[in-house]
Amino acid sequence: MSDVYAVTEHQAPEALDGVSYELLNAGRAAADGLGSDLVAVVLGADTDPYLDELGVADRVVAVEDDSLGEFNPLAYASAVETVVEEADPRLLLTSVTSIGMDVSPRVARSTDRPLVSYVTDIDVEGDGVVASSQLYGGKMFVDSSIGNENAILAVSRGAFEADGGREAGTPEVEELAVEPAAAGVEFVERHEPEAGDVDITREDRLLAVGRGIEDEENLPMAEDAAAAMGAALASSRPLTDNGWLPKNRQVGKSGKTVTPDLYIAAGISGAPEHIEGMKDADLIIAINTDEEAPIFDYADYGVAGDLFEVLPALQDQAE
Amino acid sequence: MDIAIPVRTVPDPVEELEPDPDGTDIDREWTEFVLNEFDEHAIEEAVLLKERRDEGDTITVVALDDGLADVDQMLYTAAAKGVDRLVRIGEIPTGLSTNQAASIFGSYLADSDFDAVFTGVQSAEDRVGQLAGMLGKDLDVPHISVITEVLVDDGRLEVEKEFAGGVTATYAVETPAVLGIQAASEPPRYVPVSQIRRAMRGADIEEVDLADLDSGEGPGSEVVSLHEPERGEEAEMIAGSPEDASAEIVEIMSEHGLEV
Repeated sequence: MSDVYAVTEHQAPEALDGVSYELLNAGRAAADGLGSDLVAVVLGADTDPYLDELGVADRVVAVEDDSLGEFNPLAYASAVETVVEEADPRLLLTSVTSIGMDVSPRVARSTDRPLVSYVTDIDVEGDGVVASSQLYGGKMFVDSSIGNENAILAVSRGAFEADGGREAGTPEVEELAVEPAAAGVEFVERHEPEAGDVDITREDRLLAVGRGIEDEENLPMAEDAAAAMGAALASSRPLTDNGWLPKNRQVGKSGKTVTPDLYIAAGISGAPEHIEGMKDADLIIAINTDEEAPIFDYADYGVAGDLFEVLPALQDQAE
Repeated sequence: MDIAIPVRTVPDPVEELEPDPDGTDIDREWTEFVLNEFDEHAIEEAVLLKERRDEGDTITVVALDDGLADVDQMLYTAAAKGVDRLVRIGEIPTGLSTNQAASIFGSYLADSDFDAVFTGVQSAEDRVGQLAGMLGKDLDVPHISVITEVLVDDGRLEVEKEFAGGVTATYAVETPAVLGIQAASEPPRYVPVSQIRRAMRGADIEEVDLADLDSGEGPGSEVVSLHEPERGEEAEMIAGSPEDASAEIVEIMSEHGLEV
């Protein structure tokens, strides 16, 4: 076989995660380039709720087992291994997500296939495939050739549009039985994020600060500037990791995805994990001392300057 | 409990990077290399666990040394934080892939008696995938990644795994196991230079010969090009003093219907 298989994901019991449709979009283009079929792989205790919007795929492989209800790294990796062994896909597409990062490396190792991770583009030329990865915190792109070998590509979230991969309809479904393989890891319970004081996904204006703020003591300055602009304060990951701001203020891959009218990024370099959460804001203004910072590739306007000078000036101006 | 922490070095995140003359790797010659920040979190979480349990756990840090970073300093800093054993695997080729790192760490750890391996969830150079899942497979033990807290309950590791959108879930994991640490449950501690100096006097670094370990690459892919992002749609830069720039920002906001 020489088809393209896309491993879908779900956290909630009622629908696939949006990232699954991004992957199907990427897979559709790759399959068309290779002249092969696109197959959606759906895993779960009951896969029925996930099959309604897979019209973009040519076929579905549904893998059902009680061990696949809640995400389990061993059960999922083992199920995907079975798919690879049965179907021998030309390309197996996974996502660079909490789920995908547990599945892809283990499956690559056990099925002896090359894995290319953090993929943002897949280029098919003839029967050769080149995958482009974004590395070094977004500073460099690396193009990797897998030639005509069967391989696994782990695709970064946000690199492809979900809309292009979401289409009503259920193609032909093939059921695949697997041996349960969850022993060693047991799901205990899920925790929804705490609501907290501010819901940054509902704010029209956000001022987000990153590593450039340097110290927790400097946060009140940013808070004052945000208040003067009518904006709520948000942040990139390092600040919440340090406990300087609550987790509900974090924008990005492991935080919130926001689409405000105004997003001011101050002292944020623009790692892909952060960009993923804010790139669809209407107006993006970046303030950073490093003129080469990747954030300027995503911002509409930029100030190559020190946030400790620009934010107080902005506050004065707003007041 | 014996905890092993395989660590790698990466270009300092604040460094500007450039392609090498071949255009297939970063230019490593003038680049500063530091401990992978996720590995630093793995060390912190292990030390926190040891302190909370207070049951005489042993923590071993195993570092790959390609000669580009001050690995001795990194190891002594780890000792000053509470790590018990320091191991250096030297003469590592530069630009090592995660596949090779997994093989090297895997063959070292397969011969040692550990209960848990904590490793950073990813590194900036993980082009071919992340370490934890590969090590889990090589060592034939469970693995779980994107972990933000580790406790021990009834002989099992009780870990918090992070999903998108701030959702987390608790998992119980049998030992031995490999954990990919996203973030320690507290920020990595700062240790003063005086403590590091004291650690240098008290701690030995065990040397392991790479020739005694497997360093197989496994199936890989060929880098055809390394390049900076195309800067087609960069931001329009606002020049001038902070005051001028601020005035212009307010004007731009106003043009977008955003009054202050």
